[in-house]
Amino acid sequence: MSSLAAAVEFDRVSKAFGDRVVLQDVSFAIAPGTAFGVLGRSGTGKSVTLKHIIGLIRPDAGRVLVHGEDITELRPRALARVRRRMGFLFQEAALFDSITVGENVAFPLRRHTRLGEAAIVARARQRLADVELSDAFDAMPADLSGGMRKRVGLARAMVLDPDILLVDEPSAGLDPITSREIDGLLIGLRRAGTTLVVVTHNIPSARAIADELAVLGDGRIVARGTAADLDANPDPLVQAFMRAGTGG
Amino acid sequence: MQGAAAERVGQAVLDALASAGAYFVFAGRALVELVRPPFEVREVLRQIYALGSRSIPLILAAGFAVGVVLSMHTRATLERFGAGALIPAGLAVALVRETGPLVTGLLVAGRAGAGIGAELGAMRVTEQIDALEAIAVDAFKYLAVTRILACMIALPLLTTLMDFAGMTGGFAAEAAATGIAWPLYFQRSFELIGFADFVSATVKTVVFGFIIGSVASYLGFHATRGTEGVGDASTRAVVASSILLILSDVLLVKLIFILFPQIGS
Repeated sequence: MSSLAAAVEFDRVSKAFGDRVVLQDVSFAIAPGTAFGVLGRSGTGKSVTLKHIIGLIRPDAGRVLVHGEDITELRPRALARVRRRMGFLFQEAALFDSITVGENVAFPLRRHTRLGEAAIVARARQRLADVELSDAFDAMPADLSGGMRKRVGLARAMVLDPDILLVDEPSAGLDPITSREIDGLLIGLRRAGTTLVVVTHNIPSARAIADELAVLGDGRIVARGTAADLDANPDPLVQAFMRAGTGG
Repeated sequence: MQGAAAERVGQAVLDALASAGAYFVFAGRALVELVRPPFEVREVLRQIYALGSRSIPLILAAGFAVGVVLSMHTRATLERFGAGALIPAGLAVALVRETGPLVTGLLVAGRAGAGIGAELGAMRVTEQIDALEAIAVDAFKYLAVTRILACMIALPLLTTLMDFAGMTGGFAAEAAATGIAWPLYFQRSFELIGFADFVSATVKTVVFGFIIGSVASYLGFHATRGTEGVGDASTRAVVASSILLILSDVLLVKLIFILFPQIGS
């Protein structure tokens, strides 16, 4: 894959927290409009990978390129410009707990668009409807279940129609039916041209959403390819993951 | 054994110096951002309301009590010298120049400082601050600078209320003891107070507001370890800002004497 064509590219990225090496010389590139799934055991740097892409964490070494721009070198204003083209669903949703669900979803619109109040509210309501939470507009985040908060987080991440959507554990805390609905939503976004980077433990979801999967282990990418490629990979860790989703 | 103890003490000193250095960098950045657009006017107003208006009952009650107590204490002393008529003026000078700003600062540090530390600490550990950054919002400017500015604006206003409540308390005590009339009491109150007293007190309270806001925001932004860290940030915000307030007061009094020599004479 050409670097120039990549929506997101890691170039020999390394990151350690104290003595703990989380990422070591990790390189990959994600083509625009494709979905990239990141698998791995807990604590293997999946969320850290996502946070590198949006510039919340800077690598100790290496480069992170978004649409060809090295975001590790950007000044705050330039980084904010890049971030406006991205959406991020946090693992625990990270909703602003002092404002309503509707205001959470409307928040990026208020900050970054010149839409009128009616248009902002309409778009926020539409995004909440997309995640089956039309009735939650006036609720406070504390009144929602974990799964509902997750869906609100997804609505907020999608509200600016980002080019790149980073999703950390979209299925966690969701019932199987809602989980499939969220998968369907993400697949729809991918088909509409959004680049997805999805961290998940849910192998059936990963198979359904991602064009390409990578398995992280010991700070490195252990295996990478389509779901079929990984199914055929003899590595025990990869096999453990891929079989987990099939009951094998 | 002694070597290990010395090492621990040395490490604690280094940690304290590192924290102080990090705070001064944080505070310096806040000073720059305070005057650099864009200004988050709506959020500043919201914070002034949240931090300031909700402190009013506490400030009024405390001010009234301080006024009563100061009046009762000074009466006992001044009456001995036949200077009972100076009580209103003495009380007003004490309130406007020193007691009002310092007591208001300490009360706001306890109430708003703890609130800021806890709120920002909770936002840090639940990734809400990261979420703001991910939405391309400058979290430092949106959360810290707005709260610091709100404290800097609210504190002089609250101090004025504290001074007024204190004088009212002093009048209540004096009226009970001597039956002095309200107009006479207030006329005597302002006999020794000049414009410089209000300017210097306002400057002092603005600095106090900056200290409270910046210390609490710094500790909230750097909270770790979940709910324990949030509680820790809240407690340390009160303790650290109170100590800094008192220490800075010493320097500010000296500075005020230099800038406004008529106050010190």
